[in-house]
Amino acid sequence: MSIPVLLFASYADVFGARRLDVPLDAPCQVADLVRVIRSMPGGDRLPAAPLVALNRTWVREDAAVQVGDEIALIPPVAGG
Amino acid sequence: MTAPESIVLHVAIVTAPIDASALLSRVQAPGVGAVSLFLGTVRDMNDGRPVSGMEYEAYESMAESELQAIADETCARIAGLRLVVEHRVGTLDIGEASVAVVAAHAHRAQAMDGARDVIEALKRRVPIWKREHYLSGDREWLDPTKVQA
Repeated sequence: MSIPVLLFASYADVFGARRLDVPLDAPCQVADLVRVIRSMPGGDRLPAAPLVALNRTWVREDAAVQVGDEIALIPPVAGG
Repeated sequence: MTAPESIVLHVAIVTAPIDASALLSRVQAPGVGAVSLFLGTVRDMNDGRPVSGMEYEAYESMAESELQAIADETCARIAGLRLVVEHRVGTLDIGEASVAVVAAHAHRAQAMDGARDVIEALKRRVPIWKREHYLSGDREWLDPTKVQA
């Protein structure tokens, strides 16, 4: 099983992809996902605690990830 | 007499050029006595490096919902406000508008506060990124969390 994670901007550049399939089983926590992603090639360029959105809402790293959730790693925002 | 209800008239992430005149016309109402327009535009220099253009990317579905939430929160705080917000994505030339906030109210203080509150929250919360294109040919994603030299 794997969990799809959306990537944007500089994080998409880090992985050369706009989506990662993270080899983890849901349910798990956001922190578990981040740990696995940071162990992937290039992942050490991410901050230890990147911003994460779950179903288009900001969440903390202890948030639970369920099957079918939309998860996104969010680089530092720079709108305006 | 009580103030009229606040209303979010329009919130959108757009690809077409921002038409400030059209946005200004959206907030018009007989009770409006002040209209505050904020435009963010692409400038030709950043941190001493000449810039040729700017590329904006958004997590569009979340950006729209966060923009809507910011507009709703601002309207909940300022009674009688009429709000319009647009943010553009894609590649923009120098001088083009990347974001527009229009806040209208019976009085100027609330109109100006409304526009300022929305743009400040947008910069903190909305998942949008910009990559500067430099005259040198380099491109770089901006990271506002890094201390500027």
